[in-house]
Amino acid sequence: MSAALLTVTGVSKHFGGVVAVDGVSFELKAGEIIGIIGPNGSGKTTLVNIITGFIRPDRGKVVFKGEDITGKPPYHITDVGIARTFQMIRPLYQLPAYKNLIPSLFSPRVRRLVGGKYGDRDAVAMDILEEVGFERDSSVPYKSARNLPHGYLKRLELGRCIALRPEVIILDELFSGMSIAEVTSTVPIIEKLRDEDIAIIMIEHRLRELFQITDHVLVFNFGRKIAEGTPEAVMNDPEVREAYLGSEDVGEEEIAC
Amino acid sequence: MGRRKERIDRGVKVRSDGIYALNSYREVLYLAVPRLIPVVGLLVICPLFSDYWKEVIVSTAVYALLAVSWELLYMGGLISLGQSLFYGVGAYMAGALNAYLGLPPVLSIPIATVGGGLLCALMLLPVLRLRGIYFAMVTLVLPLLLARFVEATRILGGTEGLTGIDSFSSQWVAFYLVMVALLVAFYGFRRLEGSDYGLVIKGINDNDRAIMSSGINIHWYKTQILFLAGAVGAFAGAYGAHYDMFAGIPGFALDYSILPIAAAAVGGMGSFAGPLLGAFILVPLSEILRALGALRIVFYGLFLVFAVVGLPEGLFHFVRRKYEQIERWVEVDKK
Repeated sequence: MSAALLTVTGVSKHFGGVVAVDGVSFELKAGEIIGIIGPNGSGKTTLVNIITGFIRPDRGKVVFKGEDITGKPPYHITDVGIARTFQMIRPLYQLPAYKNLIPSLFSPRVRRLVGGKYGDRDAVAMDILEEVGFERDSSVPYKSARNLPHGYLKRLELGRCIALRPEVIILDELFSGMSIAEVTSTVPIIEKLRDEDIAIIMIEHRLRELFQITDHVLVFNFGRKIAEGTPEAVMNDPEVREAYLGSEDVGEEEIAC
Repeated sequence: MGRRKERIDRGVKVRSDGIYALNSYREVLYLAVPRLIPVVGLLVICPLFSDYWKEVIVSTAVYALLAVSWELLYMGGLISLGQSLFYGVGAYMAGALNAYLGLPPVLSIPIATVGGGLLCALMLLPVLRLRGIYFAMVTLVLPLLLARFVEATRILGGTEGLTGIDSFSSQWVAFYLVMVALLVAFYGFRRLEGSDYGLVIKGINDNDRAIMSSGINIHWYKTQILFLAGAVGAFAGAYGAHYDMFAGIPGFALDYSILPIAAAAVGGMGSFAGPLLGAFILVPLSEILRALGALRIVFYGLFLVFAVVGLPEGLFHFVRRKYEQIERWVEVDKK
């Protein structure tokens, strides 16, 4: 087994009296996909915000490739190689879709890794948009982000991550708000990223699609990690069933819906 | 039957937009003429006016510099209500260098431009994390605070200010210096706006968290545009100090803060041409209205109100639309 790329140890965060994340630990290796599931408000997005530096944890450590990145500013964490999408999409609405990737391509990280000139960046941006399913020869990449459907904006977020050439990608409910067809076409993109040895954390409510991609799942409830393992093992865990459904006698099919 | 206005891009605009595939002189002119108006206007037409009006134009250019600097901050989502901070700092710096150290304008103006930009960026550094109205309030207070500070401590000439500052060697030097500076700032900022750097600045205004998670230190970028905007404002102040042969508390006056914003509102925010145009309307207008005596400020205020209500998008955007699009009324079926 190779050494862990990202190690989260005993991370906790309180908001007033509410415990959002409570002593969470896990490890992520290169080329691995970890799924994080759990009911709404179970601390999944807070955990992402802690890893990516938008929230400073009360306790615990986040270590990336041996460097302690706990509480570092978000741009530093992206700079070392962790990219994320936002659950609430954050496109630059004023700009055409392909220009949304320019800040990423202009970032110190990408300029350090590949350089690039003004005109070149537009071409690279178009390549990446094509990769995430924007029709290259149509007007879609040139449309203002304001006029794009939600599914495209979700994939634009993914494109923004890919543009950063990261080693870890955190996808915060990427599939939510996407149509079935869009999800089906996005799954191979994620699998391709994994095959390029990028480590991926996926927070998802669309369990069926998630379980197609990964066999390593963490389950959250009330800020705690209540189970970890393969989808089958996790779904048969009584605590998980109770967290999701409040009772025990429901089949997996219904959970997946 | 109702009707609505249909707007169609003119063919010449469509052909010359983005990819420049120009195939006639008409198309070349279509693109070049509007871009050359500021150059021809400032360098060729403005010198033709009488000496009195040339002085008005010089003071217009000083305000225009502050307005263009305001627009740069606005582009990055920083609303400045204190352009007089930049003007005052620049004026005092150039004034002090000249009055105490005897430096000629050739040295004092460049030093005050760079030094003033640095000083202003430093002063605003602690509040850079504030957004919108909070940042605006601090910029409003800072120049007023500095004015009281100078008054109370009596440094830099106290309430009397620094007098007897060297003037420019000739009226023509003074005139062309400010015109060229204005053109450099205007075209320089426009160039910046179109670059990837400018895109990041606009992105910070649009969604700063998205830019942060693109691995870009937004505070460093904001500091840079504060320096650039501060330097342009400080140049205006340094130039003004040498032109008026005086640097004093009036440099921190509200005029220098309000007029650039009014110029941007009348001319149109969101482009550098708007504030430039606005300044060249408002300052000469205020001179023309002098004939009305005491009622001057009333008419000036009325003009501002009518301009902002009548053309909320700003004059520049209105003219630009007329230039680029054909408008016509079309009948539509009302359900």
